[in-house]
Amino acid sequence: MRELIVVGNGMVGHRLVEALRSRDTDDQWRITVLGAESRPAYDRVALSSRFDGAEEDDLLLPDLTAHGHVDLRLGAEAVGIDRENRTVTTADGAVLGYDALVLATGSEPFVPPVPGRDLTGCFVYRTLDDLDAIAAAAQGARAGIVVGGGLLGLEAANALRLLGLDTHVVELAPRLMPVQIDEGGGALLRRLVEDLGVNVHLGAGAAEITGAAGRVTGLRFAEGHPLGAIGADLVVFAAGVRPRDALARAAGLPVGPRGGVVVDSGCRTEDPAVYAVGECACLDGTVYGLVAPCNAMAEVAADRLLGGGATFPGADTATKLKLLGVDVASFGDAHGSTPGALDVVMNDAVGRTYAKLVVSDDAGTLLGGVLVGDASRYASLRPLVGRPLPGDPLELIAPAGAGLGPGDLPDDAQVCSCNAVTKGEITTAIDEHACTDVAAVKACTRAGTSCGSCVPMLKTLLSAAGVEQSTALCEHFSHTRAELWEIVAATGVRTFSELVAAHGTGRGCDICKPVVASILASQGNGHVLDGEQAALQDTNDHFLANIQRNGSYSVVPRIPGGEITPEKLMVIAEVARDFKLYTKITGGQRIDLFGARVDQLPHIWSRLVAAGFESGHAYGKALRTVKSCVGSTWCRYGVQDSVGLAVELELRYRGLRAPHKIKAGVSGCARECAEARSKDVGVIATEHGWNLYVGGNGGFRPRHAELLAADVDTATLVKLIDRFLMFYVRTADRLQRTAAWIEAMDGGLDHLRAVVVDDSLGIAAELEAAMARHIDNYADEWKGVLDDPEKLARFTSFVNAPDVPDPSISFSVLREQRVPTDPAQPVALGMPTTRSAP
Amino acid sequence: MAASTLTPGPANAPAADTRWLAVCPAERLVPERGAAVLLPDGTQAAVFRTHDGALYAVDNRDPFSGAQVMARGIVGDRAGEPTVASPMHKQVFSLRTGACLDSPGTGLRVFEVSEAESTIRLAAPAPVGGGAAR
Ligand code: SRM
Ligand SMILES: Cc1cc2nc3c(=O)[nH]c(=O)nc-3n(C[C@H](O)[C@H](O)[C@H](O)COP(=O)(O)OP(=O)(O)OC[C@H]3O[C@@H](n4cnc5c(N)ncnc54)[C@H](O)[C@@H]3O)c2cc1C
Ligand code: SF4
Ligand code: FES
Repeated sequence: MRELIVVGNGMVGHRLVEALRSRDTDDQWRITVLGAESRPAYDRVALSSRFDGAEEDDLLLPDLTAHGHVDLRLGAEAVGIDRENRTVTTADGAVLGYDALVLATGSEPFVPPVPGRDLTGCFVYRTLDDLDAIAAAAQGARAGIVVGGGLLGLEAANALRLLGLDTHVVELAPRLMPVQIDEGGGALLRRLVEDLGVNVHLGAGAAEITGAAGRVTGLRFAEGHPLGAIGADLVVFAAGVRPRDALARAAGLPVGPRGGVVVDSGCRTEDPAVYAVGECACLDGTVYGLVAPCNAMAEVAADRLLGGGATFPGADTATKLKLLGVDVASFGDAHGSTPGALDVVMNDAVGRTYAKLVVSDDAGTLLGGVLVGDASRYASLRPLVGRPLPGDPLELIAPAGAGLGPGDLPDDAQVCSCNAVTKGEITTAIDEHACTDVAAVKACTRAGTSCGSCVPMLKTLLSAAGVEQSTALCEHFSHTRAELWEIVAATGVRTFSELVAAHGTGRGCDICKPVVASILASQGNGHVLDGEQAALQDTNDHFLANIQRNGSYSVVPRIPGGEITPEKLMVIAEVARDFKLYTKITGGQRIDLFGARVDQLPHIWSRLVAAGFESGHAYGKALRTVKSCVGSTWCRYGVQDSVGLAVELELRYRGLRAPHKIKAGVSGCARECAEARSKDVGVIATEHGWNLYVGGNGGFRPRHAELLAADVDTATLVKLIDRFLMFYVRTADRLQRTAAWIEAMDGGLDHLRAVVVDDSLGIAAELEAAMARHIDNYADEWKGVLDDPEKLARFTSFVNAPDVPDPSISFSVLREQRVPTDPAQPVALGMPTTRSAP
Repeated sequence: MAASTLTPGPANAPAADTRWLAVCPAERLVPERGAAVLLPDGTQAAVFRTHDGALYAVDNRDPFSGAQVMARGIVGDRAGEPTVASPMHKQVFSLRTGACLDSPGTGLRVFEVSEAESTIRLAAPAPVGGGAAR
C-alpha cells in the first residue's frame, strides 16, 4: 500500500478521505490525516447552529477511521514539508513519509490590522473553540460588535443576539453581504436585520478597538462617522479569510497573487506528489470560499489519486442561506457584470421580498439573480443559469407568478451544486434504481446530502417522474408500519396470512414479516414462536439469540439495572465454562456468552432459567437494558436510588417489542455516570425527583436525549415513560429509533411533549392501558420454549441428523477463549445449477 | 401421495434410487420455515415448504458470509418469485433457481425435492456442475 498524508481535517480534508476510501476498493492507499484541531472533523457550515442548541456531537461528520486504513491524528499540526525526501514533520516532532500529500489546511480568519485587535474580548469566528470562547465571554457581557457584514458577519451577529447581547454590525461597504447581493437586495436585508434588533453600521470603518485594563470597551469609527464610537464588551472579527498556505510557501510551492497554493485543474501543485484542495488552494487565480467548489476539488483529487483523470468542473458560487431567519440567495452573475446584461427586478416593500433576475441583452438567457426575504424559487431558478428562459422573466419572480415546473429544466442542469448532480442523473436514478423517496435519491446520487437546499427540487423531480412518494413498507404492503398497526388493532387480524391476503399482496419478505411479527407481539399475541408467527421472525427472534458471523449464536441473560448477586454470577460462569462459551461484559452492563450452536441453546437456557435468569432480549427489537449507576445506594453524590429505579423500569418494560430496540439509563445525579442521555429514555435524579430525557442514541449518528419533563416524582415519571414508549411503538416506522422518530414528527419534541405530557390527543389513557396489558401479559420467552416440546424441536442442527453438531462451526483460541475460525470447508459452488427432472 | 408441486418427475422417485436421500417425515417441514440437511458429502442443504405447499431445496451455505445458515432465512416472494433471505446480511435468493436477486452472478445450488410416502427426499444435483465441493 502507498502512503497518503492529508494535512488538515476540515470539511474538505474529510470529504477527500471519504471519497478516496469509498472508491479505493483494492486498498491502494493507507491514509494518515493530520488535524490541528483537537476534535474530529465537523460541519463548519452548520457551526452557528451551536447557538441554536445543537450539541457538539450533532456537528461531527461521519467517523473516518471506521473505514480502516485511516490513521486520524488530532491535535497534530504539520509544521514542515520536505519535498525532496517526501516527509512531513509535525509539531511534536514526528516525521512521516508519504507517496502523495494533500494539503487541505483551509483558511484562517483575516483580522484587519486595527489597533486594539489583541485585547481580551476580541474573537474570530471559525472553529468550535472560537464559538465556545465567545459563548463564555458573553456571560455577563452587555453588548457585542461584529466587524464585517458579509455572510460570516451576519452569522456571528445572530450568535451574539442569541447570546443575549446588544449587537452591532460594522461594515465598510455600503451594503450588507456586498459580495453576494446587490443594492436593492442589500437594502431590504438591512431592514429585515434591523427589525431583529441588530444595529447595522454601513460604510463604516473601524479605526480602533478601544480598551481599558487590557479588555475591550468598544470600537472607535474612522474619522467622519457621525456616531464617533460605540461601547461593547466583546468584538468578533468576521472580515474575511486568508488561505492557510504558509506550509506550502515554506516548502517552495508557488502561491497565488492573493495567497492560496497554486494548483492545476487536477488539483495538483507544481510538485506532482502534492495536491491542494479546499480553501487553501488557488485554482485559475481564484480561491474558493464556499464548501461546494471545495468539495468538488476533494472529489477531483481523490479521483486523481486513484489514477483517474477528473478535472475541476468549474465552480458554482451560488449561495442560499437563512441568516437571522431571513432567506437570502444569490446565484450566477448576481451583479449583472456580463456586458449588456439586463435586470428584471421585483421589489415588494410591503411583502418584504426582493427578487432580481439578470438576463442576457435579448432577455432570452438567465444569467443570475438575487433573492431576499423569500428564496423559495432558488431551487428551480439556479439550475437554469446560462440557459434559455422558459418564460417571461417577471412572471418567474412575481409573487403569484407561475413559477417553474421541473419540465423547464434541461437534463444537464445542475440541481445539486454541492455535489454536482444534474437533473438527468437524478431522473435516471429515479427510473433505474426505482427510487421512491428522497432518501433513496440521496443514497443513489449524493444529491441533497450537503446543504440540503436542493431537497425541495428532488421532491419535485420525484413527483414529476410519477413517483408517489411512497411510504409503503415494501412490495407487499402499501401501508406504513403505523397504518399496519392500526389495521391490526382495528380488525383483530391475528395472522400474517390473513393480513397479507386482506391488505397486501404476495407472500411477504424479510421486511414486512418481522414488522408484522413485532406488531402482533406488541398487541399481545402470545409467544413469539406460536404457530405461524414463528415463520415471521428474523433468525435472532426465531432462536431467541443473536446470530454471529459463523452461524453460532450468543446468549444474553437479563441482568436488570446491571445489578447481580455473586451466586448468579457463578451460574453464568459455570454455564460459560461448561459450554466453552466466549464471555464478555457488554456495553449494556450485562454479560454476553458467545459461540453457542442452535442445538446447545435449550441446554444452556434450561440451566439459566433454573437459576432464575430470563431472556435479555438482546436479539429483539425490544427493550434491551436499563443501565444504571450505583446512585444513592453507595455513591456519596447520589440523590436518588438510581439502581432501584433502573431495575423497576427494566422489569416493567422487558419484552416490549418495538419498531427498533429501546434502551434506557438512570443516573443518580447530574454527573451522569449511567450515560442516560445517550439512551432512548434517560432519567437523571434531581434533588426533587427525576428529569426525563428522550430520544438519545449512540450508533452511527450519536444524539443526546432531550428534556421532556423536569423534577417529576417516580409515579409521574413511570406514567410518562409508559405513554412515551407506547406512542413510539404505535406510530414509529420500521427500524426508526426514537430520535429519528421525534425528528420526523411534525412539531418535533414540542408535539411529543403535548401528546405525552399534556395529553393533547386525548390518548394518554389508552396508551397507559396498552402498556398495562403488556406488563400483565409478560412471560419469559425462553421458559416458554423450554416448556413446549414443539418449539424445542426446532432447536436442532439438522432435520435428518439432529444429534450431529454442525461441523461447519469450529473454533480457535484467542486470549484464552474460543473464537470462531472461518466457516469450515467444504463450501458450495457459487453458481446455481438448473433443476431437471430425474 | 402428493408429488412435488414443482417438477412432475419425482413423484415416483424410488427410495431405492441412491441419488435420493430421505430427509424427514413430511410433517416436520412447517410452511415457510426452513430445515437444514446434512448431506453425505459433508455439505449442507436447506429445505423449504412455501405457503402453497411447494417444496424447494437450496444450499445451506450463504455464499456471502460463508456460514451454513440459509435454512434460517425468512421465506417470502419478490414479484411472485419464491424467495429466501439470508439471515446474515439479508441478500435475497430465488428458491426456484438459487440465483441471488440482489447480486447477479452469485447463487445457491438447487436440489430436487420430492414428497412421497410422507417422506421428504432430496436428490443431490448431478455431479457435473454441482455436488462437488469447491
Ligand atoms: C454485545 C454488544 C457489544 C459489547 O460487546 O459490549 C453489542 C453488540 C451488537 N450490537 Fe450494539 N452492542 C452492545 C451495546 C451497544 C451500545 C451501548 C449501550 O447499549 O449502552 C450501543 C450504543 C447505544 C445505542 O444503542 O444507541 C450500541 C449500538 C448499536 C447499534 C447502533 C444503533 C443506532 O441507533 O444507530 C447497532 C446497529 C443496530 O441496532 O441497527 C448495534 C448492533 C449490535 C449487534 C446486534 C450487531 C448484530 O446485528 O450482530 C451486535 C451483536 C450482539 C450479539 O451478537 O450478542 N449496536 N450497542 C453490546 C450489548 C449490550 C447489551 O448488553 O445488550
Ligand atoms: C461560520 C461559518 C459559516 C459558513 N457557512 C457557509 C455556508 O453557508 N456555505 C458555504 O458554502 N460555506 C460556508 N462556510 C465556509 C466553509 O465552511 C468552508 O468553505 C469550508 O469549511 C472549507 O473547508 P476546508 O477543509 O478547506 O477548510 P477548513 O474547514 O478551514 O479546514 C481546515 C482544517 O485544517 C486544519 N489545519 C490547518 N493547517 C494545518 C496544519 N498545518 N496541520 C494540521 N492541520 C491544519 C485546520 O485546523 C482546519 O481544521 C462557512 C464558514 C464558517 C466559518
Ligand atoms: S451519576 Fe452521580 S450518583 Fe451516579 S455514580 Fe455518578 S456521581 Fe454517583
Ligand atoms: S445543493 Fe447543497 S445538498 Fe444539494
